[in-house]
Amino acid sequence: MLSSNIKGVINGFPLRIEVEKVVEKQVDFNPDFLKNMFSKIDWKALADASKIMGYAELPEEVPDASVLDSDEFLQKFHHALLELHLEEGALVCPETGRRFPVNKGIPNMLLHEDEV
Amino acid sequence: MSSRPELQAPPEIFYDDVEARKYTSSSRIVGIQAELSERALELLALPDDDVPRLLLDIGCGSGLSGETISEHGHEWIGLDISKSMLDVALEREADGDLILGDMGQGLGIRPGVIDGAISISAVQWLCNADKSCHEPRLRLKAFFGSLYRCLGRGARAVFQLYPENNAQRELILSYAMRAGFAGGVVIDYPHSSKKRKEYLVLTCGPPSMSTTTPTAKGEDENICSDDDGSEDEENQTVCISDRHRPRKKQKITKKGKTKSWVLQKKEKMRSKGNVVPPDSKYTARKRKARF
Repeated sequence: MLSSNIKGVINGFPLRIEVEKVVEKQVDFNPDFLKNMFSKIDWKALADASKIMGYAELPEEVPDASVLDSDEFLQKFHHALLELHLEEGALVCPETGRRFPVNKGIPNMLLHEDEV
Repeated sequence: MSSRPELQAPPEIFYDDVEARKYTSSSRIVGIQAELSERALELLALPDDDVPRLLLDIGCGSGLSGETISEHGHEWIGLDISKSMLDVALEREADGDLILGDMGQGLGIRPGVIDGAISISAVQWLCNADKSCHEPRLRLKAFFGSLYRCLGRGARAVFQLYPENNAQRELILSYAMRAGFAGGVVIDYPHSSKKRKEYLVLTCGPPSMSTTTPTAKGEDENICSDDDGSEDEENQTVCISDRHRPRKKQKITKKGKTKSWVLQKKEKMRSKGNVVPPDSKYTARKRKARF
């Protein structure tokens, strides 16, 4: 999940994703959680991220809250948010170009001493 | 050797492959961790409406505390500095998402997305300066500042911690207050040395009814909500971490001052430039009684 939403925006800007390997994991579908998350997510970052990871079903522009009642939409949202995992690759800061490598699904966000 | 892991090595080195495995396979630690995270979740006081929340587990380690969160039906993101611990978490198929990161460098999570944060036995590590570039105060400031930003309004953060001494506790608390949090320390079982557990309960946003500190377990007069903090912590020196043995243990044996102790002392005095009698076979011998 981190691989497509939260990582979205660190330092104020969405991190670009470099994909080497994406895995899909089955996660239980939970509409309540999705509704809760919907308002907190930067939609554009999520849509771009899932497109890079090979899932282009999400609409480009921000949908309004009424779509939350549609089961079909929630399924797509669920898939993009929770089931797409970036297994190997990197997150790249758009501002500085700093690469954060992702190994086994764990992004390495450690900074060097001079970057603190 | 001190029994506090904080005094032995930095976390990313202390929790190596061996230690991480040992930690997770010890049923005693697993039990304690589950109990602590259970209590932390209780203190977190999430609204009771069965909606799964997105929680943050700071210092998640091998995902022991995350397991408790998953049992309660919430989603979580775990942050830890030790790669070995996270590898163990992967093996155990932890449900949450894992990030390798240093909490002292800030959390780097988008503002307002997190519904609550817990941390089991982790925050006291921030008080150590393990590298020359580490400055505990700055690290605490970065940590609490970024945490405050990423929490939603009215969200709570509960840290279970083992402060080394009172000064450390105050230091942590004062930086939390500076970041804008309201809250205090809840101490469970304050009179028991083993069961005693401290929780730092913090609330985002302006003080209101919901920011009152919850009651502690095991005693009646036990909430010490020292919200006043310490204003002049700039001046006070906090014992950050000395990796030496306690003073008492270094001292002489029961027999009195041994020869080696005396020689050491004399050497030290010599190095200071004092006039010290030369060492001989009589050095550190007892005088005869008749003298």
